[in-house]
Amino acid sequence: SITGACRAIQKLTRVRVVDNSALGNTPYHRPPKCIHVYNKTGVGKVGDKILLAIKGEKKKALIVGHKMPGPTMTPRFDSNNVVLIEDNGNPTGTRIKTPIPYILRQKGEFSKVFAIARNFV
Amino acid sequence: RAISDGKPEKFQPPPKPVIIDKQKQREERRFLSPEFIPPRGRTDPLKFYIERKDMIQRRRVFNIPEFYVGHILAVTTADPYANEKTNRFVGICIQRGGKGLGATFVLRNVIEDQGVEICYELYNPRIQAIEVLKLEKRLDDNLMYLRDALPEYSTFDVNMKPVSRLEHEEVPVNKLQVRMKPKPWSKRWERPKYNIKGIKFELPESKMKAAQKWSQPWLEFDMMREYDTSKLEDKIWKEVSDGLKK
Repeated sequence: SITGACRAIQKLTRVRVVDNSALGNTPYHRPPKCIHVYNKTGVGKVGDKILLAIKGEKKKALIVGHKMPGPTMTPRFDSNNVVLIEDNGNPTGTRIKTPIPYILRQKGEFSKVFAIARNFV
Repeated sequence: RAISDGKPEKFQPPPKPVIIDKQKQREERRFLSPEFIPPRGRTDPLKFYIERKDMIQRRRVFNIPEFYVGHILAVTTADPYANEKTNRFVGICIQRGGKGLGATFVLRNVIEDQGVEICYELYNPRIQAIEVLKLEKRLDDNLMYLRDALPEYSTFDVNMKPVSRLEHEEVPVNKLQVRMKPKPWSKRWERPKYNIKGIKFELPESKMKAAQKWSQPWLEFDMMREYDTSKLEDKIWKEVSDGLKK
């Protein structure tokens, strides 16, 4: 079953891992879920770091797009997209096929994530 | 020109040239953008007049083409974080909302199996160009159901060439019936409240009849909801066309 009006990312939201890392792409009987948002409010928007529970392990990730409509002129994606990240900010995967919003450049030092991204919106 | 009979033929004057006055034809087809029409309410018309002046000012500098819901547009915006400081997005217009300077339109496209929608403001100074790539109206005013339709109906090539079109022709209506993903959908599109004609419902007859339970047939006869905009439109059209001609 799917929840109805899906908004930004908070605890227990199911997310979609978008890079080509092994942890994100191997099938598992439970979808990856957010368990903590590193934010003053518990609501994660584009550019926030979150903690995911994938395959029984904890992993940090970066939000690159969500279903919630943001400010005008910014893209809104049809799924909550997330890129797996290490503690020092290095991405785990080597390629990101899905489009990444340009707004992410404003949010923090994610130059390594942009280096592996292919498409931008 | 060989004469078939021996007798000389009667002099036939050449056919009169048909003068197509393009000016007149363009004036006959007038399109007033829906954001110029003020909403019904008790606000002072002076506010709308001042807003219209600003909108005309912007339109004189930057050309906003005539477009409806269902057209495929390419919008280039100025973006400080993009590579060449410009960002080009191609998509189908699914909704036009807002009145006055805050008028918006939402473009949708599916890139690399990911559906992306961007809500652009028509009068935002960051927009550098709006090109209409394909003109076609659809059966509905609001194509939000494309989110629950199969992704092939929302995919459009980013490098699409603009389809040429004659000036004075009517905008063609595409009577496409879209096939949907299996239920559940984000909204119950089969209900008469949305009045959608562009979906090919493959639901059983019992479900369609059950949806008609929510119909409100008295709504179209409700006189308090009537908003006749014909006189307003004429006045505003004169104002806008005079403002743009200067």
